[in-house]
Amino acid sequence: MSAPAIGTLNNSPKQGGKSASAWLKLRELPVTVALVVLVVVTAVINPLFLSPQGMKDLLLNATIMMLLAAGQTMVIVTRNIDLSVGSILGLVAFGTGSIFAANPNMPIVLVVLIGMVFGAVLGSLNGLLTVWAKVPSLVITLGTLYVFRGLNNAWAGPKQHFAGDRPQAFGNLSVNTVLGMPIITLVAVIVVIILAIFMIGSRPGRDLYAIGSDPEAAKLFGINVSRRVFTAFLINGALAGLAGVLYASRFNAVGATTGSGLELDVVAAAVVGGVAIFGGSGTVIGATIGAILLNTITSSLTALRVDKFWQQAIVGVLIITAILIDRLASLRHAKNLREKEGRNV
Amino acid sequence: MSEPATMSVDTSKALPGATPARGPRWYTGRDAVMIYILIVFLLYAMITIPRFASPVTTGFLILDVIPTLLIAMPMTLIIITGEIDLSVASIAGLSSATLGMMWAGGSNIWLSMAVALVVGLLAGIFNGVLIAFVGLPSLAVTIGTLALFRGLALVVIGDNAVANFPKEITALASSKLGATGIPIMLIPVLVVVVIFGLILHQTAFGRGLYAMGYSKDAAHFVGINVGLSKFWLYLASGVVAAAAGIFWTLRYTSARSDNASGLELTVIAAVLLGGVSIFGGKGSIPGVLAGVLLIGSLNYALRLGRVSDVVLVSLTGLLLIASVIAPSISASITRWRHERRLRRQLSAPAEPSVTG
Repeated sequence: MSAPAIGTLNNSPKQGGKSASAWLKLRELPVTVALVVLVVVTAVINPLFLSPQGMKDLLLNATIMMLLAAGQTMVIVTRNIDLSVGSILGLVAFGTGSIFAANPNMPIVLVVLIGMVFGAVLGSLNGLLTVWAKVPSLVITLGTLYVFRGLNNAWAGPKQHFAGDRPQAFGNLSVNTVLGMPIITLVAVIVVIILAIFMIGSRPGRDLYAIGSDPEAAKLFGINVSRRVFTAFLINGALAGLAGVLYASRFNAVGATTGSGLELDVVAAAVVGGVAIFGGSGTVIGATIGAILLNTITSSLTALRVDKFWQQAIVGVLIITAILIDRLASLRHAKNLREKEGRNV
Repeated sequence: MSEPATMSVDTSKALPGATPARGPRWYTGRDAVMIYILIVFLLYAMITIPRFASPVTTGFLILDVIPTLLIAMPMTLIIITGEIDLSVASIAGLSSATLGMMWAGGSNIWLSMAVALVVGLLAGIFNGVLIAFVGLPSLAVTIGTLALFRGLALVVIGDNAVANFPKEITALASSKLGATGIPIMLIPVLVVVVIFGLILHQTAFGRGLYAMGYSKDAAHFVGINVGLSKFWLYLASGVVAAAAGIFWTLRYTSARSDNASGLELTVIAAVLLGGVSIFGGKGSIPGVLAGVLLIGSLNYALRLGRVSDVVLVSLTGLLLIASVIAPSISASITRWRHERRLRRQLSAPAEPSVTG
């Protein structure tokens, strides 16, 4: 409504409607609207969808993907990508199973820490190779995707660890709720919020955006690009490790193939959440909402009794729509900038 | 002819070490190295692994690599332009599902195959329009269509598997040329390889792809229609992926929605191993051919040597990482030696010029 007014007068962007237009420009807006519409429509048609049990299932299913998407955002923002997260998750999940099988009395916090350190080591390997060899991370992490998966295969073989081997308290993390949220979801939400604050408010976090917007300029500006990119991979690995531990709590069996094929889903969640695939823009919160949306759509299509075979096709359409929306928004933004520049001359 | 010119300008002393002492590029290049590695490996495998040098091996080895080899051809061209196509395996799955449903629905087998190819064509066009004409990033678009086409395959065939294809057709897919063990299907596949090789290396269109990989803007300014070229590549990728899907279906006599899933990463790994730069602008069909065959024969040899599948996966990854890091390391060594030589040269004649 206020857009035409600004368009005709448009001598001062500070006048009126700023907050409204600022809200409209949020990259997370389309995905949030999509999620709200989806939940409302499904809940109206099938009220069971929003029952406490239904909510809990929704959150539980989204938890792992939320963590992975948040970590992936950090990496994508720097113009990199990490395709090995599914394999890292698999290794850590199996490791968690092995630890509990060998020593059921190990404190859970310690296991979580071990898992995160394990993930961080694997992630820093990605970071090291990317930064040191100056090879695109797409290739490096495609390689480590296979290497980590192979290690997992060699370690696990045909063996699987089942929930029965793990202490009751560990499994309960995905059963008991606090504030209506399963505990593992609460952990994921807290981690995501910390990461979001880090990305928005801290110097290293802002540096990541600078690197993604223009690596050369970031270097000239005095940002230690290699170190920041390395850190992004390390943190992403740690988050994938945490996701792996939580996976072992949430799901019954962990084995050689746990988490395989997750990587593209994670990238898809980030893209749907408004993270630009070529770096420089996008937020952790957006990616997290993207992850929730992609998980919710499966549940809600089931609740709406849509043929299950259509679900993946719909996810595909959603991803392409998200990219199109992003493209339109950036075109409009570029046009605005051009017009503003033209007036200043 | 060049001697008077260099004499008069007196630049002949500038880089005496940079003369082409290493000979023509074609036998020292990255792709040539891949071919050497492949040959050495094949010889090693023939000598040390019993049963490797046999017609049976040749047959199964080639049958195993055909889908990868087919899809690697358009993928090479696409990566050389600096783009990527992650949806190829899903297109193969979709064409497999289409073939299965058409045949199960009572259509003629040849008609079913034609329709499956057309489906691949349409899928390729869909990718091409979004990437070439709308201008969306190919990585993001093809992650989307990876889900979309696999989803459509599920819509088409669901949980079913169609297996009762006509015997003579499925037999053709895996039949051999006499006692040599070479599958008949290798002939059309080689035709495809040669066609893509000629397009890339012998036509103006192919040179244009390299130019696009180096710089889209520069390519545009020298008169290359960047959008249209990309569109044709994605279209070709769709058709070839569909053909690979049809081959997959007939070879394993099973049309399922999850056929060939995950193949996209194998193909990309093989292409990059073959010396194609992920940045675009570098790579060749012979190199990719060697890359695909190396991964294929390595897997087969290790399986014959009773090495379990689990190690094979790691090996693919290690090879890929080594193949991208090796040029990086050798480039930095070359640069270091070049700088050292330059410094030594500069320090010798520089002193008199400063004093005089």
